[in-house]
Amino acid sequence: MKTSLLAADARTKKRNAAEKRFRAYGLSAIIVAMSALLILLTSVLVNGLSSFQQTFITMDIELAEERVDKEGNRDPAEMAKTTTIGYNSILRDALIATIEGEGLTTDLSNRDIADMISKEASATVRDRVLANPDLVGQTVTFDVLASGRIDGYFKGDVTLESAALDSNTSPEALTLAQQLADAGVIETKFNWNFFIWPDASVQRPEAAGLGVAILGSLYMMIVVLVLALPIGVASSIYLEEFAPKNRITDIIEVNISNLAAVPSIVYGILGLAIFINFMEFNQSSPLVGGLVLTLMTLPTIIISTRAALKSVPPSIRDAALGVGASKMQSVFHHVLPLAAPGILTGTIIGLAQALGETAPLLLIGMVAFVREYPAAYTPEAGLFGEASTALPVQVFNWTQRSDPAFVERASGAIITLLVFLLIMNAVAIYLRRRFERRW
Amino acid sequence: MSIMKLTATTAAIALTATTAFARDNVQVAGSSTVLPYASIVAEVFGENFDFPTPVIESGGSSAGLKRFCEGVGANTIDIANASRAIRPAEVEVCADAGVTDIIEVRIGYDGIVFASDINGNSFEFTPEDWYKALANEHFIDGELVANTFETWDQVNPDFPAQPIQAFIPGTKHGTREVFEEKVILAGCEEGGFFEAMLAAGVDEDTAEEKCMAIRTDGRSVDIDGDYTETLARIEADANGIGVFGLSFYENNTNKLQVATMSGVVPSTETIASGEYPVSRPLFFYIKAAHIGVIPGLKEFAEFFVSDDIAGPDGPLAEYGLVSDPELMKVQETVANEVVMGSGS
Repeated sequence: MKTSLLAADARTKKRNAAEKRFRAYGLSAIIVAMSALLILLTSVLVNGLSSFQQTFITMDIELAEERVDKEGNRDPAEMAKTTTIGYNSILRDALIATIEGEGLTTDLSNRDIADMISKEASATVRDRVLANPDLVGQTVTFDVLASGRIDGYFKGDVTLESAALDSNTSPEALTLAQQLADAGVIETKFNWNFFIWPDASVQRPEAAGLGVAILGSLYMMIVVLVLALPIGVASSIYLEEFAPKNRITDIIEVNISNLAAVPSIVYGILGLAIFINFMEFNQSSPLVGGLVLTLMTLPTIIISTRAALKSVPPSIRDAALGVGASKMQSVFHHVLPLAAPGILTGTIIGLAQALGETAPLLLIGMVAFVREYPAAYTPEAGLFGEASTALPVQVFNWTQRSDPAFVERASGAIITLLVFLLIMNAVAIYLRRRFERRW
Repeated sequence: MSIMKLTATTAAIALTATTAFARDNVQVAGSSTVLPYASIVAEVFGENFDFPTPVIESGGSSAGLKRFCEGVGANTIDIANASRAIRPAEVEVCADAGVTDIIEVRIGYDGIVFASDINGNSFEFTPEDWYKALANEHFIDGELVANTFETWDQVNPDFPAQPIQAFIPGTKHGTREVFEEKVILAGCEEGGFFEAMLAAGVDEDTAEEKCMAIRTDGRSVDIDGDYTETLARIEADANGIGVFGLSFYENNTNKLQVATMSGVVPSTETIASGEYPVSRPLFFYIKAAHIGVIPGLKEFAEFFVSDDIAGPDGPLAEYGLVSDPELMKVQETVANEVVMGSGS
């Protein structure tokens, strides 16, 4: 039997076919993964990008003395007696006057007109008047928030058809809003406040923001960084460079690897029992959240730090020891600086993981309605002791609200969280590329 | 050395943290039905008073009361929201932990409605229909037999032949208890099944238990999350009928249609007048020992039940709360700090 070098025999054909099949499997796996990612990102972006825009009504508000300062003393303490409920009617009358000023007519009742303005608006105006009593008696131009349904109309979430069935708005209100927009009174613009304002109740989705959540997440990351980095690095250095290799260190090693795989909710239960019930730290505080996330992140940091230390060639340690350096000098002067990029990368990835973690925070009361910006330190509550929320829990929280306008907010929060994670991972990649050394 | 510095900071944190005891804001936890109302009040309270805005957590009535009863001190909550009254067993747990003085505040009434996809069939239910559709076992001819109804027309010939698919609140929700008592048990009694069981020699407790047992063959699905989850399930399955709070329905009227119960359309008016049968009072419970210790606690409670907020024209009524006809009495309870079991 002759075999040709040019024509492939049956066995080669079979092997080549197997290889082709394997490539096709691999490619299709990647395509499935990529399309899942694409669908996820598109749905989040489609739902959420509009949350960075917000609809405002520009109107002149007459701050008549008899309505905002009955005593006439311009004393903020006395003026505070006019509550936001009192300001609602001032805003309503201002909007009616604006509508008439534009020469528009409508069949809407006064109450329905008032419903076009966000309930947050009266607080905005009241705060400004209390901070600046000289405004009383003047007519001041304010940019106030439009209500969630009006906002949704300009973003395409609310249509005339859906409004006809909606008990919170009406097609007439939307038509009026369109006329006001044509006249330049209502305007949709970029909304920085989404990142600054605190959460808002179900009645005012248009005013809900991520301010408290971002601050809470930042505080927790500080706690995690300050605790997990030194503890993690110190224990890895000890385990890797100093500890004798025996049964006890073996057990410790196995335990660390196991801890890295423990479901994060377990750390939440632990945190509740130890930090809140036993040590009596404040519930919902970033301190407790940070401590729980520290426990969760430590194994990740230890494992990556040890890998980074291991990758430093022994010849460098030997050389340092050879010229008379002590063990500690060789570690701190030579091994640690060379392992630093790997350690940093591991830490940043651990932090990113902690930033996106929700489950343990559910148990320590961080899924809460918090409107006060938490202070980093107060004498009463201690360091990071004031109640706050965190970015991923805010997402969880908003998806449970009854008002459909919160869907957009939740997606907007997801985008914000993803951007933070992307930045952290990009920094990790940059550090690795920039400083990593290969031998 | 940077590591030394870091260790010093760590020690500093540990030191300051151990002194963290007090807090200056009111903390509330409990029923997810009361949560939207509480957050609306908290928001307006924060705007108009010098106290910080209270922190409101969700988690269900039972979970909230459990945390409420953990003890007295700044690391425990001040107020528990509940969509049902506190149980004697819970009062005992509270007392064991030192929480002896509890002020019960009824904020108003909430209707429980049955709603389905807006494009689907509309229904006119009676409690009996729900009992027949969802009971685990039916009492027929002196025997308990498993519920075999698959479609609504088997339950009641007036209904369309739509498969039975109900989404009801899970057992951790206070709403579930009201649903079982005011719909399922009421239906069992209305249809004469309860009496038939008694007549057949079943004792009262067992009969009640059998009446309220919900079928577990997948025709009825427990929803442990919030109403948004129920809504999502109905949007995915057009045959689904869900149990909602009235306020949730009123905020989603463009997606849901509501069913009548015994011929009455649920609304704040029909619930206030008592015509619509399925409603329940909403409560919050104040830890009296925290009044005067946690700044703003009493002010918040008083503000919550004030006419401006909880009255018929207030923001809570606008969101769907049926305001309490005896609001004056509730206001007095809060003002005088009348604790439970003190006779009034």
